[in-house]
Amino acid sequence: MSMTRIYPYVGWLLLALALLVLAPAVLSDFRLGLLAKYCCYAIAAVGIGLAWGRGGMLVLGQGLYFGIGAYAMAMHLKLADAGPGGVPDFMALYGDATVPGWWEPLRNGGLALVVILVLPALVAGLLGLAVFKRRIKGAYFAILSQALAAAFAILLVGQVKTTGGANGLNNFQGFFGYALFDPANKRMLYFLAAGILLISILAMAWLYRTRFGELLVAVRDGEERVRFLGTDPANVKLAAYVIAAVLASIGGALFVPIAGIVSPDDVGVVASIGLLAGVALGGRASLLGPAVGALLIGYAETSLSEAFPGSWSYFQGALFVLVILLLPGGLAQLLGMVGRLNVRRGNSVDDHSPRGVPRGKQGETEVPRSASEEAAAR
Amino acid sequence: MTLTVNDLRVEFDGFVAIDGVSLTLEPGRLHFLIGPNGAGKTTLVDALTGLAKGSGEARYRTRDLLALASHRITRLGVGRTFQTATVFEELSVLQNLDIAAGVHRARWRLMLPRRGTPEQVAEVLETVGLTKLADRPAGVLSHGQKQWLEIGMLLVQDSSVMLLDEPVAGMSAEEREETGELLRRISPERTVVVIEHDMDFVRRFADIVTVLHAGKVIAEGTAAAIREDAEVQRVYLGDTVAAVTETTGEDA
Repeated sequence: MSMTRIYPYVGWLLLALALLVLAPAVLSDFRLGLLAKYCCYAIAAVGIGLAWGRGGMLVLGQGLYFGIGAYAMAMHLKLADAGPGGVPDFMALYGDATVPGWWEPLRNGGLALVVILVLPALVAGLLGLAVFKRRIKGAYFAILSQALAAAFAILLVGQVKTTGGANGLNNFQGFFGYALFDPANKRMLYFLAAGILLISILAMAWLYRTRFGELLVAVRDGEERVRFLGTDPANVKLAAYVIAAVLASIGGALFVPIAGIVSPDDVGVVASIGLLAGVALGGRASLLGPAVGALLIGYAETSLSEAFPGSWSYFQGALFVLVILLLPGGLAQLLGMVGRLNVRRGNSVDDHSPRGVPRGKQGETEVPRSASEEAAAR
Repeated sequence: MTLTVNDLRVEFDGFVAIDGVSLTLEPGRLHFLIGPNGAGKTTLVDALTGLAKGSGEARYRTRDLLALASHRITRLGVGRTFQTATVFEELSVLQNLDIAAGVHRARWRLMLPRRGTPEQVAEVLETVGLTKLADRPAGVLSHGQKQWLEIGMLLVQDSSVMLLDEPVAGMSAEEREETGELLRRISPERTVVVIEHDMDFVRRFADIVTVLHAGKVIAEGTAAAIREDAEVQRVYLGDTVAAVTETTGEDA
């Protein structure tokens, strides 16, 4: 194995150590709970890295899929809390105390998990088929996906009796038989979220190495050319989009027991852009960038909100502008610059093997990248 | 495999770009398409590869290419290159060729990483002379090398019909020479169709030349016969006839 292949795994190992060993050792239960929440965002971010960074699809509305997973999980938890045949508390409060038929399947925990995995795939599959086969792309695709997230949030707000409306669903007591107020179970949830995050990054590492990963980059950089090489680029994009949707849904499903609430605010336009901001900050085309960026954004949001209440959206906006202006490749690009300095110091590297390196702005002069720089960028 | 074009018409909003072209493209010979700007050469290739809608018929094997989507036409064995070389700049030369070779692989193998250099890709790297640059990003190749890579992408797909849109435009004299030799090497087993402006290049390498003008075929024959054709001289070479006579003079 060449060094270029090993570097990302070293990064992964460091992240794993930080998340699984360091964080539980030094953080309070409260802080660990927050980190668990950031891990949920990061899982969705990993998917955005695939769809946007590698696939070139600006997925502005991943809140939709995050929301599908979150609400499916929340509905299951409410039903489980209510017990067999029981009615969730809020339904008695706002409605006529009957459980709507479409809630019923989620009473079963296994079925709820299936819904969390399959429903986003189906929605993304149908939507993607309609969009990509018609060759809708670029800004049109971005606007469409964001509009769907907005529509989903508005729909939820309007259904007070069945989805809790603007308040969302909250006050969960248990998670598959584990009491959620128990700190030990909260730690378990943290490990679950961190573990799934680490596994999803590994899955991406594999995917980026496969021929599919190479083809996806080819589609991003020359969709029409791929068509004339005998592959319908719509299918390639569809696959990446569906995987991103499922990851977002998993992140959303884990978010619910960890945050203890899901509301339309967590799935709408602002939430979707929040997910994207982390990916942009970390470096959308790099392996670790999206996850690390999402964790950093989550941390920054909390600490800045604590220090300067109400100021977060300004910071987020400023950060977005700065990253796009100065660092289009995200923090991964910064590491790449360090790598370039190393090469200048005389570590000659002959092995050029670009594998979907982060892309600068379109039309920017492309400088051949060295192996170490490339590895660092991932 | 012969590609037979029958009464092809392409219209853009009332403008007739191709006006009833019939052509037989046969394997084993280097077939050049020439004609002044706007004659419809590229449009013809576009129509045959699903990029422009045309009426009429383009029969290849048992299929009518005009009714097929671009990626299906490629899978049938009809490949093309573009005037401005379009390769995947951030991927390596090897990866570019490997992606092109994907047409012959089972879908599920997309889920596995590539191991080493597939034999077929290695052969083509050798044929187009890019072996040493296999691991370089395609973006750093020279213009000529990119065109060779594009031709290589068709070779690795084992396209039996290759439609090349001005492959030597912008190349140096040596590169042109090498490209011509390359086309000669690959043409015996397949149908190679080349759109070209450079009459000197056409004269040196063409086995057969078709002249298009205003969307119609006005002449077909060997390069020498075309040069003598009065109709061609009148409509196509009108203002460049002097230049051609000059090159002919040098040749004598």
